[in-house]
Amino acid sequence: MNAHRKPRIARSRAALVLAMVAALALTAGTALGSRQSGTATTTLTALIGSSGPAETFAVNNAAKAFTKQTGIEVNVVVASDLGQQLAQGFASGNPPDIFYLGNDQVATYAKAGSLAPLDSLKNVKAFYPSLRAAYTYKGRLYAAPKDFSTLALVINTASWQRAKLTAKDYPKTWAQLASVAKKLTRSGQVGLCTGAEFHRLGVFMIQSGGWLVSKNGQTATVNSKANVAAFNFVKSMIKAGSFKLTNQLGVGWGGEGFGKQMCAMTIEGNWISGAMTHDYPTVKYRVVELPTGPAGKGTLQYDGGWGMAAASKNKTEAMSLITYMTSPKVQMGNAKAFGVMPSVKANAKAWSKLYPQFAAFLAGAEYSRSIPTVPDIATVLGDFNQQLQGLPQSNNPKTILDRINSELQSILNK
Amino acid sequence: MLKRFATLREPGIRGHEAAAGWLFLMPVIVILGLFLVLPITMAAWVSFSDWNGNGSPLGANAHFVGLDNYRHLLTEPGLDQNNFGTALRNNVYYVLLVVPIQTAVALFLAVLVNRRVKLVGFFRTAFYFPSVTSSVAITVLFLFLFSPTGAINKLLSYFGATGPSWLYDPRGLFHVILGQFGVDQSSGSLANGFFLGVSYWDWLSGPSIAMCVFIVMAVFTTSGTFMLLFLAALQSIDDSVNEAAALDGASEWRKFRHITVPMIRPTIFTILTLGLIGTWQIFDQIYVGTKGSPSNTTLTPAFLSFNASFNGNNWGVGAAIAFILFAIIVFFTILTRLATRNPDRVPRRRRFGPTQALGDPNASRVASASPGGAP
Repeated sequence: MNAHRKPRIARSRAALVLAMVAALALTAGTALGSRQSGTATTTLTALIGSSGPAETFAVNNAAKAFTKQTGIEVNVVVASDLGQQLAQGFASGNPPDIFYLGNDQVATYAKAGSLAPLDSLKNVKAFYPSLRAAYTYKGRLYAAPKDFSTLALVINTASWQRAKLTAKDYPKTWAQLASVAKKLTRSGQVGLCTGAEFHRLGVFMIQSGGWLVSKNGQTATVNSKANVAAFNFVKSMIKAGSFKLTNQLGVGWGGEGFGKQMCAMTIEGNWISGAMTHDYPTVKYRVVELPTGPAGKGTLQYDGGWGMAAASKNKTEAMSLITYMTSPKVQMGNAKAFGVMPSVKANAKAWSKLYPQFAAFLAGAEYSRSIPTVPDIATVLGDFNQQLQGLPQSNNPKTILDRINSELQSILNK
Repeated sequence: MLKRFATLREPGIRGHEAAAGWLFLMPVIVILGLFLVLPITMAAWVSFSDWNGNGSPLGANAHFVGLDNYRHLLTEPGLDQNNFGTALRNNVYYVLLVVPIQTAVALFLAVLVNRRVKLVGFFRTAFYFPSVTSSVAITVLFLFLFSPTGAINKLLSYFGATGPSWLYDPRGLFHVILGQFGVDQSSGSLANGFFLGVSYWDWLSGPSIAMCVFIVMAVFTTSGTFMLLFLAALQSIDDSVNEAAALDGASEWRKFRHITVPMIRPTIFTILTLGLIGTWQIFDQIYVGTKGSPSNTTLTPAFLSFNASFNGNNWGVGAAIAFILFAIIVFFTILTRLATRNPDRVPRRRRFGPTQALGDPNASRVASASPGGAP
């Protein structure tokens, strides 16, 4: 009796395990199957790199409104590391349908064939031409501009008054910038601070008449005379003690140094408004246009856009989602929610009305420049930023510019 | 086939066990194959290809380019080579400082907590604590401690010293020291020679002030783990050995130098090897803490490999860096093995155990451990 029972138990146990495995396989199978064939609705995935809860909320709301209108489901995924998650998506062959794309990455991904061109987008003519240019690689548009930012001079009004400066003293030239920075510098607060990176200090290059590449985009001009003059000016202000880079102050970015009142002025973009409201609500500030350099006005422009994956299985639906996400209505909603500047001309007036205090940022759009669309430009500019961290210690800024020039030339030659 | 093979070797009731053995091994073989062998083979393939990250590396988008990626890194002057050279330089100083210091500290702590003193359990736990905390959490903690206005600089200010801005300070430690003696780049001819895109002068920079923070952090976090290994080794030493030495009049230092250290030699090898591997692979601290800044002085090959692949979309180069790093680690592991091999001081011991194999270091170690204690 005993001898018989044992195997039976074992057998029934094995049967049970088998049944469980089969059940598991079945549920898994149906779960996978239903995604592809279950219903008629398509689900799009949108990968975003959010600046915070306000942006996530706004994008999710826009996606919901789109679903209501079209019946196409949208799954908004907030990336913790956008570049890495995007790269994983492209490699797996199953990338998100649409995603945030900075203009420093657009050429790299377009060259690799990961992006689908968006020239046939319905609202393609609505965008500022300069923004379209910032996303154009080899004559084709690879992202729909969704918003943009420019850099301007942000001034602590209390410090300004304490230094007995008035509205007449807002610096119009480099000499005036140096002079007000000197007046504003006192114990515990330096006149001007900004990030030790090309993405901030580059404004002086433009104001000086220089740029990263020649007009036809074929030659690197990082070590041009104009650029050397620009960095010599920066260096002279650093030497005078009226200008400190964020790494000298030990803060992460200009907004932090400004908010903590370690500096009275900073060069930042319109994202600073969010940080000031949330983290430093007591610090009153004013935004003015950057001073004019020897060659005129100049500022850097940062573009946000929606890209579409070449491997997307629902391109038509994805295009209509991008059109919706960049429509004047959604962009104005985003502007209200988290302060970005819309990429369509139609919204310019409404935006100025909404944010009269940030008129300087919008004014910058007239003369701002975006990073050239060259594959691997992000790597070279990354090195530029690393090298500029040594600018305060450097005896000769030109050595940095020489180095970056040859690096840039080598990727232009590729 | 299997059956016949089995019957050949051992005809009888154990004939079917080979099949069963393979069956039981299957899960491990599948798991190792799927998660270890396959990815490594794929990475090796990527390092020989021009894959651009679009679609599968085994698909139409990747072509075999031979050693191009390796050649690009090692022989072509340019940003990639310069970054690689800089990363190697940084990591060499990191390894050179972390491995000896953490091993010494770990051994010191182990000797301390090996004594029978009050509260020894508390100290063992306290020393081990940093090891069980996540490296990300510790990095964030260190970012606060070493911020220019943080606790460390506050502490230094009580002694009238002004601390550097730590994680923002790209100056090399050796450069700073040489600068005290008036030696800088302009006075040397080292600036004109280059190896891997980095000038000789920059090779001699020493770890940057920022890297020193990571060095302190590594010693702080890993010493506890290695202390535990040393402690286990120390406790396996028979008391009678030390007692015998004490009877012979050996001082504490001599006992440590001539009994403890030789007897824990295998553990020292293990710890040096683990330390070497761990330090060459430093990634998460850099990823969380500095991402290579300031001025690339905390850039490491592991982080560069990640950055080149995921942010630069330069997958072939990224994979090639990973394999060069692998070769470096293997090289240093072998070197450590050679350096910590038990020297064959056989003649005096020969009379104890004539049966031991002379060439086998393990055999002599076992033999020396047991009869050595009884005088």
